[in-house]
Amino acid sequence: MVLASVVAATTPGWPDQLPLLPHPAELIVGVISFGILYWLYKTKVVPSLEKMYEERTAAIEGGISKAEEAQAQAQAALDQYNAQLQEARTEASTIREDAKAQGAAIVAELREKAQAEAGRITEAAQKTIEAERQAALVQLRGEVGRLSTDLASRIVGESLEDETRQKGIVERFLSELEAGEIKPERVDS
Amino acid sequence: MSPTVLSSLSTHLLSGALPAADGGGGTSFVSPGVSDFFWPLIGGDSNWAFTRPSAVLLISVGILGWFFIAATRKLTVVPGKRQFLVEQVYGFVRNTIAKDVIGTKDFQRFLPLLFTLFTMVLVNNLFGIIPLVQFPTMSRIAFPIVLTLVVYVVYHVVGLKAKGGVIPYIKSMVPPGLPGWVIPLMFVLELATYFVIRPVTLALRLFGNMFAGHLLLLVFIVGGEYLLLHGGNIGLGAAGIASGLFSIVMTFFELLVEFLQAFVFTILAALYLADAVSEEH
Repeated sequence: MVLASVVAATTPGWPDQLPLLPHPAELIVGVISFGILYWLYKTKVVPSLEKMYEERTAAIEGGISKAEEAQAQAQAALDQYNAQLQEARTEASTIREDAKAQGAAIVAELREKAQAEAGRITEAAQKTIEAERQAALVQLRGEVGRLSTDLASRIVGESLEDETRQKGIVERFLSELEAGEIKPERVDS
Repeated sequence: MSPTVLSSLSTHLLSGALPAADGGGGTSFVSPGVSDFFWPLIGGDSNWAFTRPSAVLLISVGILGWFFIAATRKLTVVPGKRQFLVEQVYGFVRNTIAKDVIGTKDFQRFLPLLFTLFTMVLVNNLFGIIPLVQFPTMSRIAFPIVLTLVVYVVYHVVGLKAKGGVIPYIKSMVPPGLPGWVIPLMFVLELATYFVIRPVTLALRLFGNMFAGHLLLLVFIVGGEYLLLHGGNIGLGAAGIASGLFSIVMTFFELLVEFLQAFVFTILAALYLADAVSEEH
């Protein structure tokens, strides 16, 4: 039976008892298939993938250098910021001290001015008072003179024989003077 | 198992004969055999028949070509989902196989070849367990022979170019620094390695693994089905169910073997190429 089946299997064409014998048509199909796939890979798939790998390498390297650059920039910015902060602090303290000094100076100046003003006002007042006093003195002196002459003329005009009478005249004059009946008149004018 | 089943199994395992009427009634078991691997579509039982594995191979080329060209048309530095998958496969061949074995200096010119080998073998192996196809193309020895021939020719040509001529190439096969009496022995051994052992083992390893794996699955599935439906008693029926379940386990095992064989085939090809381009032996 074994022999019969082998014979039966080999006679029509392909010997199915010999799996190690390649089938010619399959060999051809295999060569064609390999050729097609190899050609597709060689011309399209592998070049584009390799190009992408190169781009990626470049991108990663570029990214790293960019990151380093950014870090350096950030560090520089931080340093600058710190420096500016320090500067601003010193400036602020300077300004504060200046302001204090200036304030003190202003207060001192104002006080001085106020004192000077006060002195000036006092002096002016004193001068006015003095002038008025002088004027009053001059006026009074003139009036006293005129009154004196007036009194003297009256005394001279009247008889000065009686001391008592004379006493009475003076008293009358003074009372008249007090009552305002006698108008002051300028003698020397 | 009854003696009749055993005897018919052993008979048919040898003969691979067609189902025959059993005298005792019912059909006898037809064991899976070599004949299950020849499956002509057009052209009948001849040397020039267009077979189903050929069709599967062409389909695999179509799928691979379409997928990789479509996926690599617009590549970006930051990969998307599909590009990530492509890069996983390509990176495996490129870095793990080609770069590590051949070395950074020469590996790039062999990338198309190695990538073709790997994807072609992998997809056609996986067809062994993909539903509706369920036939590993590489269990037809013609295809491993074609791939092996390509590798064979390429590594010899590359070796001849790298060593600068036939005589230096032959000389380079013998490792330097051997005692004089060993040199002829080594020369014969190396010659056999380079010209016979490498190609034969490369092709047969892939073919044998795929062939045996598929046959194993056939035995468990067809045999289990027969035991379940025609076994005749509960014990054999249970054995049939167990056989069917075990075939599922074997399918996962096949998945491992299929990937592993694709990897082994490609890495051996890379190894031979590395040997050819290297300066010394």
